[in-house]
Amino acid sequence: MIVAEKLSKYFGSKKVIQDVSVEVQRGAITSFIGPNGAGKSTLLSMVSRLLKQDDGIVYLDGKNVHKQKSKDLAKTIAILRQSNVVQMKLTVRELVSFGRFPYSSGKLTQADEQKISEAIAYVNLEELEDKYLNELSGGQRQRAFIAMVLAQDTDYILLDEPLNNLDMKHAVQMMKLLRKLVEDFGKTILLVIHDINFASVYSDRIVAMKDGSIIAEGPTDDIIQSDVLKSIYDLDIDVHNISCNRICVYF
Amino acid sequence: MKLMYLVIVTVLLAGCSLFVGVENVTFSGLWNREAEAWNIVMISRLPRMLSIVMAGVSLGICGLIMQQLTQNKFVSPTTAGTMDWARLGILVSLLFFTDASPILKMCIAAAFALFGTLLFMGILQRLKQKDTIFIPLVGIMLGNVVSSIATFFALKFDLVQNMSSWLQGDFSLIMEGRYELLYISVPLLILAFLFANMFTVAGMGEDFATNLGLPYKYVVNIGLIIVAIITSVVILTVGVIPFLGLIVPNIVSMYRGDHLKKSIWHTGVLGALFLLVCDIAGRIIIYPYEISVGLMVGVIGTGIFLYMLLRRNAYA
Repeated sequence: MIVAEKLSKYFGSKKVIQDVSVEVQRGAITSFIGPNGAGKSTLLSMVSRLLKQDDGIVYLDGKNVHKQKSKDLAKTIAILRQSNVVQMKLTVRELVSFGRFPYSSGKLTQADEQKISEAIAYVNLEELEDKYLNELSGGQRQRAFIAMVLAQDTDYILLDEPLNNLDMKHAVQMMKLLRKLVEDFGKTILLVIHDINFASVYSDRIVAMKDGSIIAEGPTDDIIQSDVLKSIYDLDIDVHNISCNRICVYF
Repeated sequence: MKLMYLVIVTVLLAGCSLFVGVENVTFSGLWNREAEAWNIVMISRLPRMLSIVMAGVSLGICGLIMQQLTQNKFVSPTTAGTMDWARLGILVSLLFFTDASPILKMCIAAAFALFGTLLFMGILQRLKQKDTIFIPLVGIMLGNVVSSIATFFALKFDLVQNMSSWLQGDFSLIMEGRYELLYISVPLLILAFLFANMFTVAGMGEDFATNLGLPYKYVVNIGLIIVAIITSVVILTVGVIPFLGLIVPNIVSMYRGDHLKKSIWHTGVLGALFLLVCDIAGRIIIYPYEISVGLMVGVIGTGIFLYMLLRRNAYA
């Protein structure tokens, strides 16, 4: 379980996160939603030790994140940031094998190679494994990064806007893939996501942020309500039940 | 392109390099153990060949490490100002430590080069605009400022003659006893090879590297220290050799990709090969005189660089 206690972060004199406390349950998809600049990405960065908070503590399975060895953490928690623009010419397999770095420091064993092949197969990129990343489409590239995270074999997976630059088909594929990870391997997934309907259909819990604070939090059905959404987005949003999914209409 | 072929061509050229020069050395002369021929080879030709190979390998790999760590294909010891800082360091050591041993000179030059490169990296982190072309331009500007300062003090203290010998790479003065400093680069290159995987991961960016548990700052610093020392050693013994650190890693990247484990040896060997070609050509073109290798590399390098730029665009 991830527990954040009274986290605060300043950029200069500007408070981007203030007194945020949140608990994230294991074996579920938790989506962080909210308007731009709400501090969602910053929160994820602090939880994953990429960024040090100015105040507060993050506990990962009961242990203070910033007091643990970075290398050990890399075996429990993985994060993918917003832009995965790769300027380097790497093949899919090379990228995925980075995921084994925390275990082997680059000297891949037979077992590592096995894990890498499995991860590539899981996201259906076997045929493209020797292609360079810049030769792939956006959706394929995103899947390659997911495969890397799979190879990293962590209980917790944090994804910052994983649907960015994906068309509808690939966005759906991606979310189904994440759902499958939770069902197959019991992974705990945290997402920052902008499309409210994707959050509604695929996540177990939703955390809504605004101006550096959490303003609503709970099971998806409790958050996807017209009045709650109004308070988050300042927008009149109708919520309809369509084939057992709660769909927001806000156009 | 197989590494084996590259190595064979390089060895052949290195062999040729021994027999090019004003004093006629022939293979049969060496075979018949003529003392004269052996003297020339041992005192002049062999040191020259060895220093070309070492400088070529070192500069290629230095460029590769810098391009990787800055995530920019146009950064190299030349375009980041590392070479200019090293020259300023040499000037300082000439001014204040007149009788300095080569090792002390190298240490001072390396310290300056390291400081300059760290400064460049610091500026790079603060830059809002991470444009690919903009970054090396900043480095070149910084380098030119430093270089002007060096020239000013060199003028003031009558050291221009001295300084200019480090301005342009030249192998013609290399002789036994004047190039051994270059051997320092050998253990550093081995170290670079051991860190190859980590440099590759670091090249993916700080967040990416931290996520994988890599001590990012530590790895970057190791890389920059290796680059600073090697660059200083090369400048002290041979002089500034432009472009090599820029184009050789780019050529290798085209056919081997950017994983250092796959590209580091190719880059080293191709660096040596490139420098050997430039040096031999420089010695033949206006025989019995010779064109300094710095100039040759500049001319040939510009050509290749232009071709690369145009080709890149065609594929982008």
